[in-house]
Amino acid sequence: MREMIVNELTQAMHEIIRDVAHFLPRLVVMLVIALVGWLIASILRWALRSILQLIKFDKLSENAGASQLLKQAALPSSTELLSRFVFWVAFLGFILLGISVLGIVGLEEYVARFFLFLPRLFVALFIVFFGLLAASFFSRAALLAAVNADLPSPKLIALSVRTVIIIFVFSMVFEELGLAEQTAVLAFGIAFGGLVVGLALAFGLGGKDLAREFLERRFAHHRKEEREDELSPL
Amino acid sequence: MSAESVTQQRSVPPATEAKLAEESFLTDDLIRQLINVGEVDIVVGLPTHNNAKTVAPVLQAIQAGILKCFPRERVVIINADGGSRDGTPELITGASIDDVSHAYKLHALRTLHAISTQYGPTPANGPALRTILASADLLRAKACAVVAPEASTIDPEWIARLVRPIYQENFDLVAPVYQRHKFEGLLLKQLVYPMMRAIYGWKIREPFASEYAFSGRLGSEFLAQNHWEDDARRAGPEICLTISALSGNFRTCQTFLGAKTTADRSSADLVAALRQTVGALFSSLEPNFAIWSGINGSQAVPTMGPESEMTLEPLRVNRKRLREMFCSGVADLQSVFASILTPETLAQLQQVANCNEEEFHYPEELWVKTVYEFAASYHKAVISRDHIVQALAPLYRGRIFSFLAENRNASAEMMEAAMERLCSDFERLKPYLLEVWNGRK
Repeated sequence: MREMIVNELTQAMHEIIRDVAHFLPRLVVMLVIALVGWLIASILRWALRSILQLIKFDKLSENAGASQLLKQAALPSSTELLSRFVFWVAFLGFILLGISVLGIVGLEEYVARFFLFLPRLFVALFIVFFGLLAASFFSRAALLAAVNADLPSPKLIALSVRTVIIIFVFSMVFEELGLAEQTAVLAFGIAFGGLVVGLALAFGLGGKDLAREFLERRFAHHRKEEREDELSPL
Repeated sequence: MSAESVTQQRSVPPATEAKLAEESFLTDDLIRQLINVGEVDIVVGLPTHNNAKTVAPVLQAIQAGILKCFPRERVVIINADGGSRDGTPELITGASIDDVSHAYKLHALRTLHAISTQYGPTPANGPALRTILASADLLRAKACAVVAPEASTIDPEWIARLVRPIYQENFDLVAPVYQRHKFEGLLLKQLVYPMMRAIYGWKIREPFASEYAFSGRLGSEFLAQNHWEDDARRAGPEICLTISALSGNFRTCQTFLGAKTTADRSSADLVAALRQTVGALFSSLEPNFAIWSGINGSQAVPTMGPESEMTLEPLRVNRKRLREMFCSGVADLQSVFASILTPETLAQLQQVANCNEEEFHYPEELWVKTVYEFAASYHKAVISRDHIVQALAPLYRGRIFSFLAENRNASAEMMEAAMERLCSDFERLKPYLLEVWNGRK
């Protein structure tokens, strides 16, 4: 009986030693991959930071209004943020690659999923950046047009344009990432449709007299007054 | 004089959708018509868009001017139309020269051709001038005059005054001088003329003219410059032509034409006017930097007739609205101005905007610095360039408010002195432009 127990323990010990002997080189390989990954990720971060500084990406991001958002959220500059993001994505990618080398069943599926998710993440980031750029451009265009046309509340008009575009951008981002896909699209549809219907009702029914007065003032009397009182610039 | 009958070629091209010629943007039909005309001495360009109400007397004056002053020359009138729907091209090509011959008792020795072509479905100054230039180039014209279709004050002498300096005195560009009301054309007087004078060193009173003439040499060179798709050239090709002449050392002169046709007054036109003039001027600065950065002071160009003439009758102007739009503009566009202007200039503008009506004063020096900082920001493209040009509108209104208040009762001499002061400020502060241009501020 005693001999049997010793045999079993010895066998188990041998198996553990064999497994550890098998696992150790893989662990070393994983650590090497992680180290190489860290090096490559650092180089990528440095290269990207240099390129972004060279093309004055911060200025572009400032014009897009992204810098203001980052400042409000107490985050670093967009150049730094993007460089760090690329570093962590690359480093994490290498770590996961290393983990897959360990041969742990189940983890491999998650690693594959992560790599499949990466393109969608990049597309989402692309949408966010260019969406913010578009929001900034169109809200500024609306602001200038409203100021030059002497419309009331130009800032409100510009803010509305920016808000609608940002809502639209984030609904696209959620859809791209597959996060609450249906809810985001539905919420955007309800919010946007509601806003338009609400404005139409408020302007057309609630403020019927005001609307008439405003339109008359803007397009009839006011035009006439302008023609009489303005100087030809050329 | 021979009793040879004068006929006018009647040629109405089929509208739109004509195929582009292989190596030219001119339609096959236009090229065919130009080939039929053959080589000419003078081209008179008439860009139109729904001008049926005004074009007939203008055309008569052109025809009379040609019959009177250039009876022996081969002349063609080219109408570049931007998709008129009121029959303007038919009016031009169908106009009989007999009425003019009878009215002015003039007889021509040659056939006076009139060709009409549609350059596009919508009106645009750039393609219109390009069509006229390309036609003149193809016909090897020595001189080309462009006349606005709404020039109600035109008389036959205008053609002679515009074309003669080129045809007989070898000038390359003839810019007009008009008699204007002292408060008309203030964008030109307060910004475009003084700035162009400081930048390019030549005193051209009307750099953005509706009537002007140029030589075949200048026309061909301008046509060959491959910037026709640029927004600035599409919007304001006239000013680009003037700049091209000044920067290319072409012989330039001015000629007094008389009263300028009063433009339709509408504040909504200000942004369009800024795009046509200021946008074109700002965009010319970058490619010509090597030329203008070394120019100091300015010199006069030869002028036929008075250098300026102005009328002084009282004019009703809504000054209150100008000030209100300036003040609200400075407040609402603060974030935009923060990208364009230096903090010092912005702070000074905010101070001006906070003044009440009596104390309101937008000084000339601040105005010059504002314009130069806008030009530098346009060069650096700190935001969309079109937005930079648009953002100038409320500030221009503030400057005009101040100018009107200061010169309400000014005589012609006082107005001239004020203009000269402003021009001197633009010239004196040119180093400031270089400073902000090079990013040292």
